[in-house]
Amino acid sequence: MRKKVIFRGAALPYLLLMPQMAVTLVFFFWPAGMAVWQSTLRQDAFGLRTEFVAFENFLDLFHDPIYLNAAWNTVIFASSVAALALGAALFLAVQADKQIRGAGVYKTLLIWPYAVAPALAAVLWLFIFHPSIGLVGRGFGALGIEWDYRVNGGQAMAMVIIAAAWKQVSYNFIFFLAGLQSIPSSVLEAAAIDGARPMRRFWTVVFPLLSPTAFFLLVVNLVYAFFDTFGIIHALTRGGPGNATETLIYKVYVDGVQNLNLGSSAAQSVILMIIVIALTAIQFRFIERRVHY
Amino acid sequence: MSGAAIDVEALAAASRRRRARERMLTHLALVLGVAVFALPIWITIVGSTHDTDTIGRGDVPLLPGGEALHNYTTAWFQGGGGRNTFAVPASTMLLNSLVMALLIACGKIAISLLSAFAVVFFSFPLRMVFFWMIFITLMLPVEVRIIPTFQVMTDLSLIDSMTGLTLPLIASATATLLFRQFFLTIPDEYVEAAKVDGAGPLRFLKDVVLPLSVTNIAALFVILFIYGWNQYLWPLLMVSNRDLETIIVGLTKMIGIGDTQNEWNLIMATAVFALLPPVAVVVLLQRWFIKGLTETEK
Repeated sequence: MRKKVIFRGAALPYLLLMPQMAVTLVFFFWPAGMAVWQSTLRQDAFGLRTEFVAFENFLDLFHDPIYLNAAWNTVIFASSVAALALGAALFLAVQADKQIRGAGVYKTLLIWPYAVAPALAAVLWLFIFHPSIGLVGRGFGALGIEWDYRVNGGQAMAMVIIAAAWKQVSYNFIFFLAGLQSIPSSVLEAAAIDGARPMRRFWTVVFPLLSPTAFFLLVVNLVYAFFDTFGIIHALTRGGPGNATETLIYKVYVDGVQNLNLGSSAAQSVILMIIVIALTAIQFRFIERRVHY
Repeated sequence: MSGAAIDVEALAAASRRRRARERMLTHLALVLGVAVFALPIWITIVGSTHDTDTIGRGDVPLLPGGEALHNYTTAWFQGGGGRNTFAVPASTMLLNSLVMALLIACGKIAISLLSAFAVVFFSFPLRMVFFWMIFITLMLPVEVRIIPTFQVMTDLSLIDSMTGLTLPLIASATATLLFRQFFLTIPDEYVEAAKVDGAGPLRFLKDVVLPLSVTNIAALFVILFIYGWNQYLWPLLMVSNRDLETIIVGLTKMIGIGDTQNEWNLIMATAVFALLPPVAVVVLLQRWFIKGLTETEK
């Protein structure tokens, strides 16, 4: 739907676009280009000589057990976060959608965690799970459970998953609730008159109508878990203990900022870019369909 | 006859009881959900009202203590927390976060509004090329290009400056896409009328487009303010001068590696400070917030 009536102007449109294009070129395209270029280079240990190695940095990564471990951690982390955050949000949205008193109050009390920064969410959960000052952490200790996420890799992973999912529930809740409220009540009434029990009504009528929202949220949650959770891991575990909670994004940071292994870090950035491009493409293809839906 | 009537009444009563039970379960589930969300905050608030030793011993009670005033004033004016970092007052960090969040939100809205206006209301060579270039930035989040972007900042000597902290985060494909979407719904008649009245494009932008966009701008502002306030990786990389420390990064530096000897009461008071502004924005501007959230993601 193009506009038929359009302003003329030779320089003005370019002037209007200039601020955004300047920022985009300098801070997006230039660095992204540099990442691609650096991913094909290798520096010696002293940063004196740089040589072109084509795809060697990538091949090294695929044979590096630490990188493969980070990839595996990311899969576990992202799928757990998405499953927890989507499941809890769907359950709460279904409850909040019912005709009950105080629905508005519940809604407000359930959406505010969206405003909490990922790193701050990590800090709040640290206050609870810290083995010596945390309420639950000490409770585990009293029950004889050996709880110390700073030593036990599995516990550390569980903690970052809980903190990351906790923060994402409110986002999913808002979208699920909006999805539920857009289902025409006539559809639900028809199912009720047919004698379908509430649980059955949910899985055969409501859930299929919600599935576009659910799929959209799945992609958003994966993107969140992949890229926006750096703060949680950095604040809680620094990728440790060992490499137990090191995800792909955290490893880019460690290799680039701490180990100064620029070639490898750039190659990892390029791999991540490909993942974002794939996820974004899936999301947009799907949204095209949602519009027609 | 009377037997049937009694049956109907009994059935109705049973169904009423069932519905009441279902309502109770619904409330129970929601209260439980709310509690899970509120628990970490409650613990933090309670902790911020006790003294260091109580928390360090692990004896945090479930009810607030009497040290609130002392803890909050100390955190606000002096800072504290970790043993190994020198303290930055929470007031300094809050101001830095506020400036950063406002610059990012307003900057993004301004440049996105202008570029969307150019793309929708003008016809010029390379129009779609520009549009796609903006669109592609969706796929290049800062986390993905950390190191090279940092090198660019070094080359431009923007490290340790508010400009460096905000400028690279100001380009936003989502805001541009949202404005474009909205501008396309402005009827052509408005443009025609403006032309008939002899108004140029800038006049049209100021007198027609801007007033029509107020709700969209408000909704975007809420989302972008929170986005700016919650930045973590970028300030962590860009700022080594502690006068420029933002509250989220500053808070995690206070904790360090989670040493038991930390001044946890001050850390928790600082966490409450860090939490309040964005939560207040979401709760008070809830309507704009939900509109902004559901529309930017479309």
